[in-house]
Amino acid sequence: MGSGVAVDLENVWIRFGDFVAVREANVHINGGEFFSFLGPSGCGKTTILRAVSGFLEPSDGRVLIGGNDMAGIGPNKRPTALIFQNLALFPLMKIWENISFSMEVTGASARERRKRADELLDMIALEGQGDKLPSELSGGQKQRVAIARALCANPDVLLLDEPLSALDLKLRQHMRTELREIQQRVGITFIYITHDQGEALTMSDSVAVMKAGVIDQIDTGHNVYDNPATPFVASFVGENNVFRGKIKSISGEEAVIGTNRSGDLLARVTPTQVGKLGVGDDAMMFIRPEALELGSNSGNDKTTISANVVNEEFEGNSFSVFLEGDGGKLIKMAVPNVGQDHITGRGENLSLHYDVNNAVVMPAGELASE
Amino acid sequence: MKNKMIFSEFFRNNGVVMGSLLMGLVGFWLIFLVILPQLSMLDFSFRFNLPPADVGGPKDVYTLSNYQHLLYGSDATHQTYNTVDLWVFVKTIVAAMAVTIFNIFLCYPLAYFLGQSKGSGFVRLLVVLLIIPYWINEILRAFALRIIFGDSGLLNEALMFLHLTREPIDFIRQDIALYAGLGYAYILLMLFPMYNVIESLDRNQIEAARDMGASWPRIHRRIVIPHAKPGIVSGATMVFMLSAGALAAPQILGGPSSLWFTQLVYQWFFNSLNWHQGAAYAIVLLVSTIIIVLTVMRIFKVNMGDIGK
Repeated sequence: MGSGVAVDLENVWIRFGDFVAVREANVHINGGEFFSFLGPSGCGKTTILRAVSGFLEPSDGRVLIGGNDMAGIGPNKRPTALIFQNLALFPLMKIWENISFSMEVTGASARERRKRADELLDMIALEGQGDKLPSELSGGQKQRVAIARALCANPDVLLLDEPLSALDLKLRQHMRTELREIQQRVGITFIYITHDQGEALTMSDSVAVMKAGVIDQIDTGHNVYDNPATPFVASFVGENNVFRGKIKSISGEEAVIGTNRSGDLLARVTPTQVGKLGVGDDAMMFIRPEALELGSNSGNDKTTISANVVNEEFEGNSFSVFLEGDGGKLIKMAVPNVGQDHITGRGENLSLHYDVNNAVVMPAGELASE
Repeated sequence: MKNKMIFSEFFRNNGVVMGSLLMGLVGFWLIFLVILPQLSMLDFSFRFNLPPADVGGPKDVYTLSNYQHLLYGSDATHQTYNTVDLWVFVKTIVAAMAVTIFNIFLCYPLAYFLGQSKGSGFVRLLVVLLIIPYWINEILRAFALRIIFGDSGLLNEALMFLHLTREPIDFIRQDIALYAGLGYAYILLMLFPMYNVIESLDRNQIEAARDMGASWPRIHRRIVIPHAKPGIVSGATMVFMLSAGALAAPQILGGPSSLWFTQLVYQWFFNSLNWHQGAAYAIVLLVSTIIIVLTVMRIFKVNMGDIGK
């Protein structure tokens, strides 16, 4: 199977009239990597995908695939294959014709095409379904046909535009695993567009988090989650409790933030911002709901928050406890469901403790809106 | 059984009063304006053209003579064929087909452009501009074309001004004006069904094909045209039927020596006052065009239901 080919965006700007869809994107995607662009709708991630596939040219900057500048090369001449959000299977062609369409284009005989289509149908576990029409398949089967169709041309880079968004939850989770397996088997570069952080974190080697045309952070899924570079990343990827305030003191990689309502709290400065925060700066501190622990006060009141229980929701694998801190500050805590009936009673006052490694602080900035 | 269900549901959705009114109007339209006139024409076509006194008398019997006249003319022995009328018939059918095919080729690029440019204000303006000429009566439009195609008309003046021709071209005598007029008369009936189906084509399918390396001709051949087929056939059916049955354009734009089959029908009715003969000719034209349309639909594998969409 084909080896991975690197994709580079060098200083890419994409403008539509006065509107800047992508601002100064610099991305290096290693060959054979599963790379995701994660962001809310309208953040420009699909625009980037279209620039890589060749459906639009960047206003500035270069797109390189395997080190070759793609300027002036149309989508039909690039070594990329695109899987559309709605899959765009050809409804009037049989499944095997759909899959082998890229071979039809190069003039392969019907027998060769049928043979290759049958091989790919075996790979996606749909053997013997080649003579059906797309409308006769289920959602997950269509999904797999779209993948097979894209792989048929042996592309160097596979581009996926939120292909799982139309599927129901169970199938979506199953297809995540399957996509990842296919990617590892064929070994080509996958570029995946999604607004679903779960998809990005589970499948990707690297994730680029985008906001309004700007790439805020490119890192492994783990780092994006644990060491967010900006308040937007911290609030968009996963859930987070945010505490606003001013920096009171800094020592090394730890800082004390004087929060507006919850007193002085200790946190770790997020790695990309070490050295960039000064005393008195506006700052934001983030603690994940699952990083908060009940009670066990270690004696350090700079890692303890006191709050009253407002409500408790049972999520299945965990309880979500909503609390109100001093001054009405809302805090969410997640407690794993390990057999207990409930966590606490309404109105009960709790001391919440956290490990300083699980709280990150960074300069204040824009949050992701719900 | 199934039809009963449809009716009861129809009344439940619309109420008894409104339902009956709607049913009644549709029934009236179908029975009195479509079925009965056609049946009476059919009946006419199988009877002799008798003086009023003999109508309903013993001489008023059914006959095939009106149809035989189209085949053999006045030759009672059926030795020679009615070549003049048969030739006009064949010419009408072939010319109507040619006009239809010409319209398909003319409308397809236009419909593709309009359908795929996602309803911008400019496109809507273009569509309105296409419709405006059709606010004018068909006969007036035919006369306007006659003026344009005349010896000292706009077209000839332009051609001579550009030194493309020294003498004016006789567009009328050569039937060019006629075909142009027929093509123009019903072009919107081709354009709009095509535009509708092409507009409903998912743009992603075109991009997917392009992404897989397909050239534009292949994209049209494999993706757009198969999708647009019901619209094309629906438009072609209307243009063909109406061209073959047109009267105003041939009357006004046809050359002095050329006849359209509908003109023969007209002559039987109004010049010869032989309605029975005219009815037979009209029925032949109607049945032939229906057979041709059904055959074409069979060849291109299009169902009635697809056209209705």
